[in-house]
Amino acid sequence: MTALFYTGSARPVSPEHWQKWRHGLFGTRLNTFITLATAGFLLWIIPPLFRWLLLDATWTGSAKDCAAATGACWAFIGAKLRFILFALYPPELDWRPALTIGLIALLLVITGTPRFWSRHLVLLWIGTVVTVWMLMAGTIIGPSVPTGRWGGLALTLLISVVGFACAFPVAVLLALARRSKMAGLRTVSIIFIEVVRGVPMIAILYVAMLLVPMMLPGLSPEAFVRAQIGLTLFVSAYLAEVIRAGLQSVAYGQAEAAASLGFGYWTTLRLIILPQALRSVIPALVNLAIGILLNSTLIAVIGIFDLLNAAKNAANDPVWLGFYDESYVFVGLIYFALCYSASRYSLWLERHLRAAK
Amino acid sequence: MSVSGITSKPLPIPGSPKPGIGYFIREWWGSYPVTQLAVLIGLIGIFWVMGSNMVQTMHRLGIQPGFAFLSQSANFAIGESLIAYLPSDTFGRAAIVGLLNTIAIAVSGCFLATLLGVSLGIARLSGNMLLSGLVRWYIEIIRNTPLLLQLFFWSAVTHALPAPRQAFNPIGILYLSNRGVSIPALRLHELSLTTLAISGVCIAAIFAFYMVRRKRGIQHGITEFSAMGLLAVLGIGLALRLSGASVALELPLLRGFNIAGGFNLTPEFAALLIGLVVNSSATIAEIVRSGIQSVPSGQWESARSLGLQPGRIMRLVILPQALRVIVPLMTSSYLDLTKNSSLAVAIGFPDLVSVLNTTANQSGQALEALAIIVLSYLALNLSVSAVMNKYNKRIEQRGFLPR
Repeated sequence: MTALFYTGSARPVSPEHWQKWRHGLFGTRLNTFITLATAGFLLWIIPPLFRWLLLDATWTGSAKDCAAATGACWAFIGAKLRFILFALYPPELDWRPALTIGLIALLLVITGTPRFWSRHLVLLWIGTVVTVWMLMAGTIIGPSVPTGRWGGLALTLLISVVGFACAFPVAVLLALARRSKMAGLRTVSIIFIEVVRGVPMIAILYVAMLLVPMMLPGLSPEAFVRAQIGLTLFVSAYLAEVIRAGLQSVAYGQAEAAASLGFGYWTTLRLIILPQALRSVIPALVNLAIGILLNSTLIAVIGIFDLLNAAKNAANDPVWLGFYDESYVFVGLIYFALCYSASRYSLWLERHLRAAK
Repeated sequence: MSVSGITSKPLPIPGSPKPGIGYFIREWWGSYPVTQLAVLIGLIGIFWVMGSNMVQTMHRLGIQPGFAFLSQSANFAIGESLIAYLPSDTFGRAAIVGLLNTIAIAVSGCFLATLLGVSLGIARLSGNMLLSGLVRWYIEIIRNTPLLLQLFFWSAVTHALPAPRQAFNPIGILYLSNRGVSIPALRLHELSLTTLAISGVCIAAIFAFYMVRRKRGIQHGITEFSAMGLLAVLGIGLALRLSGASVALELPLLRGFNIAGGFNLTPEFAALLIGLVVNSSATIAEIVRSGIQSVPSGQWESARSLGLQPGRIMRLVILPQALRVIVPLMTSSYLDLTKNSSLAVAIGFPDLVSVLNTTANQSGQALEALAIIVLSYLALNLSVSAVMNKYNKRIEQRGFLPR
């Protein structure tokens, strides 16, 4: 019976609400002019875009059907979806990258839920990263697949998550070294952080691609692993600065109280300092994670098939040649969905953490 | 040793002899001196092994380590260059071409991104709900998609423009075609030393006038600055007139199958510039918004109760305070733009990274090429930081009593 009384969205618009809108759009003469100009601009942009995206689009069929239509060719995405998501991975083993995407999504959801925040998360991250890597490589359940054939969304998520996870311990050590009173370690840390932050990521990737094989002849790992190490080192310098800000925000009294209880350096760090320091920089960590995902596209430049490069190559297929726009719009939407939800989550978390204080 | 960073520095005992230099070195080096030294030696050892491997590999490939290759002939063409460059020129000259291209992109990008970003930031704060909503979605879309994807998009757009004969010509003086963007150019004819000397004297006189007034403690506002700018322009005009030189505005014009005259930006340069400007403008808009919002609303109210006009409130009360928040953040976004210009390599614009990557592939001198990249970017970053920090110092003092 409650359904009968539910008025939810059917509530009439209140006069104040109406007033706010009218003032916001037509309050003054200038405001009216701006509203009309903006509306004109939108009317100029949106209808052709809408027609291209939806009305005139081809949803099913072949490349010939698409060529006949004037709109977007979403049939192309249907035909190439597998390639964009998994790229060169052997098609009969598709379940592996699919499971990888699922496991990483689960890991991120669990990490994002404040109820699950505890020390066990560290174990969960180590476990997931190792599992996912072995799953993709086929270490335990054969056949094994070389890293050169990994690609698509699975690779983008993998390289970002593994990069973040591996950069974390490095970054904590760098941040501690930069704040320490030991001049030798401090200097090394400062030089590393400032040099890495001062050069573009492409330069780091070129070092991994061009120099490492010359420096370690015979021992040099595969190209993807080298790119992964390059990304990890790049991220660790930025992460170290975020963590350093967190360490600075912990009151001196905390360390002194721990010392007076007889805690050693590492115990104090593990039980007292790091939990508080990391908690205070969580929003910055989320923003950095978004940055890593967006920056991971740069590995396309050195020829690795990440999501963006897979999308580009999908439109190089002779059967479906030249549907770059559709391809880019599609992967653009994937990146946007991931990053926008992460940034909304970050805002929610900031409010949540403030309320919890 | 403490985690929090507080030292328990032992106070010198009164009456004891002054601590020697050894004491200060030990104090600076900190605890665990031997372990630290071992870590350092270990790191140097790793680099030593890698370096000697590198040299061995280079010898095996028949490459001579060192920077001597910079004077060899490069043998590759560069699409566009600010200075004269031929494939027979040296690798060193090619690197300079790349560096100049990077600087050109970075400087024009920072300038345009600031203009666009500040306007967008103000539009985002405007009372108009439609406009601020539109800008909000612009910012969200730009900030949540990869820059490389945006560059691919702009590269596709600039290459998909019609041929010169059907070029877009929106305001009569600007041609958009698949050969690039043609804009009006200022051309100087018959420039002589006399012209330069007379204009130099004029500008020096105006500057001296300004310095004298500043010494006397006279405040210069926007009116005085525009008057001085006008005087300088008049002085240069006079110099041109007296020395017989002329300056002409050259408009791009369609001639035959191509566009002649004016200043032509190649499609790659245009795509990179638009991509970087649009990308940074979203960040700068957010910086400007947060900066202006960081000024407490009481400042607006008190300024209004003093009877100030809205424009003057912004210029005299709000901006000086907002700039203290804005400028440091702006510095890092300029640095990002400079570093992001290296993505030029993905869309075929010959910037520093792109040219040196080709150099490394052609000559095999990968280590040297990467060393030049790293050092150039560090130098560029340091100079941007230095300029911005100097500006920041000035801004921080504004609104306080002179020290």
